[in-house]
Amino acid sequence: MNENGNTLISLRNLQVHYDLGGGTLVDRITGGSRVRRVVKAVDGVNLDIKRGETLGLVGESGCGKSTLGKAILRLTEPTGGQVFYGGKDLAHASSGEMREQRKNLQMIFQDPYASLNPRMTVGQIIAEPIRTFNLSNGGNVEAKVQDLMETVGLNRRFTKRYPHEFSGGQRQRIGIARALAVDPEFIVADEPISALDVSIQAQIMNLMERLQREKNLTYLFISHDLRAIRHVADRVAVMYLGKIVELGDAKTVYAEPLMPYTKALISAVPIPDPEIEAKRERITLKGDVPSPINPPSGCHFNTRCRYAIEDCRRIDPALVEIKPKHYAACIRISPERPHIDENDAAGLGAIGEGIPETEKRS
Amino acid sequence: MIETNGHILTVNDLRTYFQTEDGVVKAVDGITFTLAKGETLGIVGESGSGKSVTNLSIMRLIPEPPGKIVSGDIIFDGIDVRKLSIDDVRSIRGKRIAMIFQDPMTSLNPFLKISTQLMEVTELHLGHTKAQAHRHAVKMLETVGIPDAANRVNSYPHEFSGGMRQRVMIAMALSCDPELLIADEPTTALDVTIQAQILELIKDLKARMGTSVILITHDLGVVAGMTDKIIVMYAGKVFEQAPTRELFATPANPYTKGLLKSVPDPAHEEGTELYQIPGLPPDVAHLPPGCPFSPRCERAEDVCHREFPPFVQINENHWSLCHFAKEVYAESVRERAAANLSETQIESHPLA
Repeated sequence: MNENGNTLISLRNLQVHYDLGGGTLVDRITGGSRVRRVVKAVDGVNLDIKRGETLGLVGESGCGKSTLGKAILRLTEPTGGQVFYGGKDLAHASSGEMREQRKNLQMIFQDPYASLNPRMTVGQIIAEPIRTFNLSNGGNVEAKVQDLMETVGLNRRFTKRYPHEFSGGQRQRIGIARALAVDPEFIVADEPISALDVSIQAQIMNLMERLQREKNLTYLFISHDLRAIRHVADRVAVMYLGKIVELGDAKTVYAEPLMPYTKALISAVPIPDPEIEAKRERITLKGDVPSPINPPSGCHFNTRCRYAIEDCRRIDPALVEIKPKHYAACIRISPERPHIDENDAAGLGAIGEGIPETEKRS
Repeated sequence: MIETNGHILTVNDLRTYFQTEDGVVKAVDGITFTLAKGETLGIVGESGSGKSVTNLSIMRLIPEPPGKIVSGDIIFDGIDVRKLSIDDVRSIRGKRIAMIFQDPMTSLNPFLKISTQLMEVTELHLGHTKAQAHRHAVKMLETVGIPDAANRVNSYPHEFSGGMRQRVMIAMALSCDPELLIADEPTTALDVTIQAQILELIKDLKARMGTSVILITHDLGVVAGMTDKIIVMYAGKVFEQAPTRELFATPANPYTKGLLKSVPDPAHEEGTELYQIPGLPPDVAHLPPGCPFSPRCERAEDVCHREFPPFVQINENHWSLCHFAKEVYAESVRERAAANLSETQIESHPLA
């Protein structure tokens, strides 16, 4: 089976590091930081996004999931690695080339209040990308804008209105219409429902799923809401302090999580059913996500992991295929022994190179 | 003193209105409930439903003008809170009724050390000396699980993470051993793993100190595991009121049913389409005639668009604001019997 033919976007060792300085002679004299401080927001991510799928990216705040989404579109500059799309490496594309690619790659933002220009009418907002790329094909821009509004469930007569005249859910629809205006292939949706009311979240998720079917879109759906991700995603990637720590089919990851962090994350989701809540046992994690500035050595999760052994503080685990198409980065599990045996003190495997064998590009 | 029947708080037909350029906004328009000692009440609603205004009204924190409590009683432990002078309110607020707000970043003073902010509470309410207050502050931080409390007490808020700041807020709220704790979206700004820690902490402290709690949230998952009874609000009105298990098992209001169905729950997933409540959240300044939910309600009939619905009593503790409450309830009972959630189903829940 040739998986590469299905792959739309491939990330290879993608890095976004922010250098906060420190560690120089001047810093020492002036009382600055004695060590060089680097935030590794995205730290060597390898990921294939398949054509037509929704890849859910989950993680707690500060884990780098938004930075990863932005780095793919070069809204944040990657400091290393590659983003392959259509045979080209976007990470090293010129700004002109990148601009051209934005016709195919779009983004929906979290905050529908902040991501729309309050001084432009909705018609102008949606028409802007059409005019920029001259996509009206000589036709009427206004008509195209109206069609787009109807597609996302807005009244087509509202083009002259301003963003403040719409509710949060409607504004998110405007953001979606703007992203669709250029007829993209791939959309990064960064927490598209987090700012919305519960009854509106379902509307936006359904709209995005319908548009995906109709227009054969591929989504990277970033969210901290595990219930939403479970619903919309075909596959899920779990991120922790700049690294992907688990990746697999959404249903499998939720039903049989491998990595201790994923288990804790799923167990922390409150279930809207008192009968289940009363019976379920919760794995409560100690402490907060550590600071991404110089994170814990070895496996970044070792400070909060109940299974951590000495080796976990030393060895940086690689993302390894533990079960078919189900990857995890944890040295205490291996394909032979996918469950952590608490009595088994030794690490078991998963000490490899960065790229999982099956996902290597030919 | 007013007779309390063992209730720490009785709210009777509370109405809080705001004067705006758009006319009168009836932010809370008739809410009635009692809270027994040690009990937890959940108030659930979307933005603009009036859940936070209810809380602010109980604490007498409604800015006047433009707001005003126009009618109703708020009886806290036999005291009529509405009749109190502002000084008397202050002696209760923070001491006997404490609050935790959604945003731990903005509810701590960034210029003052944690110690100063924690000590202020007990110096004011319990007459502690500086030394006593400092000892108490350290003890409270230990209670809420802040490691190395003796040193961390001297930190500034920015040196704490979001979860830690929320712990500090809880420590502050519980400093005077309050009888009632009002938590307004206490975990909304936090990550799930931290949310689980904070909810566990509130549960634990409640069990140890016997505090009554009002938990205000938009998340049905949070109230499911935390509360004894629930009030569902919409457009300033109480739409449904019931013991927690009953509300989830057999809701008697179409809005509650819709809310429950629209949360993606892997256990009840059929097909791909998620149930959605149609339409937009209500504009509280311009409510439609009849039932405020009628424009979005799939069950609505002519009468719903014309007449305001009655508050129907289903059984002793279960009420629903709907023209068809009894029918909706009967339907839920039927669905429940058909689904017959068995023990094995609970155990095989994908997230359990």
